[in-house]
Amino acid sequence: MENKKIEIPVMADLFARGEKPEYLFWVGCAGAYDDRYKKVARAFAKILTYLDVNFACLGKEETCTGDPARRAGNEMLYQMQAMQNIEVFKMYEVKKILTICPHCYNIFRNEYPDLGGEYEVINYVQFIDQQLKNGKLKIDQAALKNIGITYHDPCYLGRANNIYNEPRNILKSLTTNLIEMERNKSFALCCGAGGAQYFKEAEKGEKEVFLERAEDALKTEAKIIATACPFCMTMMTDGLKYKNKEDEIKNYDLAELIVQALDL
Amino acid sequence: MNQIAASFLLNISSLKPANMTKQIIFAVALLLTLGVFAYTVFRLISFFKLTKPAFPVRNFGKRIMVMLNVAFGQTKIFRRPVLGFIHALVFWGFCVILIGSVEMVVDGLSGLERSLRFLGVVYDLIMGIGDIFALIIAISIVIFLFRRIFLHVKRFEGIEMKKASHIDANIALTMILLLMLSLLGMNTAYVAQQNTLNESIQGLFPVSAVFAGLIDNLSADQLHLMHEISWWSHILLIFIFANMLPYSKHFHVFMSVPNVFLSRLDPLGKLPNMDSVTKEVKLMMNPDTAFAAAPGDAPISRFGVKDIEDVSWKNYFDSLSCTQCGRCTAVCPANITGKLLSPRKVIMNVRARMNEKGPGMVKNPEYSDNKSLLRDWISEEELWACTTCNACAKECPININHPTLIVDMRRYLVMEEGSAPGELKAVFSNIENNGAPWQYSPEDRMLWAENLEMKVH
Repeated sequence: MENKKIEIPVMADLFARGEKPEYLFWVGCAGAYDDRYKKVARAFAKILTYLDVNFACLGKEETCTGDPARRAGNEMLYQMQAMQNIEVFKMYEVKKILTICPHCYNIFRNEYPDLGGEYEVINYVQFIDQQLKNGKLKIDQAALKNIGITYHDPCYLGRANNIYNEPRNILKSLTTNLIEMERNKSFALCCGAGGAQYFKEAEKGEKEVFLERAEDALKTEAKIIATACPFCMTMMTDGLKYKNKEDEIKNYDLAELIVQALDL
Repeated sequence: MNQIAASFLLNISSLKPANMTKQIIFAVALLLTLGVFAYTVFRLISFFKLTKPAFPVRNFGKRIMVMLNVAFGQTKIFRRPVLGFIHALVFWGFCVILIGSVEMVVDGLSGLERSLRFLGVVYDLIMGIGDIFALIIAISIVIFLFRRIFLHVKRFEGIEMKKASHIDANIALTMILLLMLSLLGMNTAYVAQQNTLNESIQGLFPVSAVFAGLIDNLSADQLHLMHEISWWSHILLIFIFANMLPYSKHFHVFMSVPNVFLSRLDPLGKLPNMDSVTKEVKLMMNPDTAFAAAPGDAPISRFGVKDIEDVSWKNYFDSLSCTQCGRCTAVCPANITGKLLSPRKVIMNVRARMNEKGPGMVKNPEYSDNKSLLRDWISEEELWACTTCNACAKECPININHPTLIVDMRRYLVMEEGSAPGELKAVFSNIENNGAPWQYSPEDRMLWAENLEMKVH
């Protein structure tokens, strides 16, 4: 067994060489700057490399989609960000966008078209599910020793875009022990971070939302809480810390679980 | 066809023309009802005229499908299966019984009896199913009343649920119960009367036939009187109920099916674009116009929603359709964890604020009472607690959309007043300055990919 170095292709470099990748891998601010979520970006990059996908990132030309600004009411700032991004996509003739963050996915897919930005937007759970279905990605179900996994639906994949089955298909390829929380799929409780809540203190109340949700997850007695969103990940991990369960129960992203199963 | 026409004529000729006074009283009652209702409708139209555009209503095919599915199929109310089922029974029963009510109006005006009976077997079925549903609805309403009065259902509580809201709910339920009892009374008396007179019964009455057996000792005259009293009570209750509804949370009975037809068809995750902002941003980003003065002919309008004149017709339609069931609030993560936000309250406040300010604005568009929807009704604290998770919109049995309105109010706060929690202002300036919600340099965007290796098997 040997290690292979991965160089992530950057759009500007490819274009300088006259190459045009099939996919833009949109890393998102969390993937770029959040230490925990950087690992998820790395995991998905490994999967892309493993599958020989022709992709590139924007690197320092990437900028916020404008989602937190928009949902916090700053439509002006959102539209400025969006138009800037649409210009960059036009320059690189971007047709297909892969995202790991559900918020980036939602805004590209549903909201950029209003400003003239129309792309085929694919969330990484859809992409991985597709690769499992077409047989390019093969997972040994024994690799994770049939560990108990529960899945927390991110609002912006689930209710916002009806993506419920793909993440579950992925998890079922990893274990036969997928345990649903009582509130799941369209009934899933938000982690508490959406709509720019992540960036501010919660309003006063009796309880933090992420604790309420962490309790849902703990009730399943699963050993792994699988998430598919950077904000959900922070919230669920915080929940585990508050409950002093971080040693027994781990919070992983779906991409990380795939990488573990494939031992990449 | 000829046969049907012939039997219809035969039916009509065999009917006994009733006393004309009954027809006159009925016509006056009906005119009064329609008059009051027309007043209400004009009042509501004048309120709708104060609202802003939402989206163009296109895609009729899709809308009809949504209506059949969500309204007539009751699919979203089934998300809570037990009570959802009871509600669905009430709804479906209403749909059938409504046909009988139409017949009563025709009968009342024409002096005929059972004027739809020319429908034959279909008539038998409509009457039969309606008769069964009348009992089912009556039982359901008793269950609903019992729940509201004796069980403390959390979703019926909350800061927005004042005593008046509970009274409103209980009055509406009582009215429906009386409607069903009068309908059953009418059917029972009719069946018993026909039995006593040995005359044929038009229509099927499986439930009332049982009840009729219990009163077969009454004379034909007594039964006739009972039928008349029930008939008049039923139709007058309908007239009164119809005119109470628009002022009650039970306006839902009229508004919910159209509200579902007029649903927003976009995915829940999509916020509507602000075209007024697009125009400004395009001017700003174009080097030729960026530093030019703002065009003088631009209409002065507000960004976002501050008061009732800023809400869209759909927001107001939603507020009139809301029956305060609280399914939205019961799933709201902010509300569950004790925050002030309640999506139901936001919708209820739109209606209440229109009632407060609308009449003044109808007379004078510049009217002000020095209050506004924002702050006097809905606080900033409520608005900032929303996670835009869309659980409320997903749950609403009649497709009300709360998050778009909440974001519209945030838009007013941020773009007109520059008001937002401090941390969010920092997020805005970070995005503006370095293109990320956090204060990191774009130069560091690829750090995540450093020293990345993978095992090759």
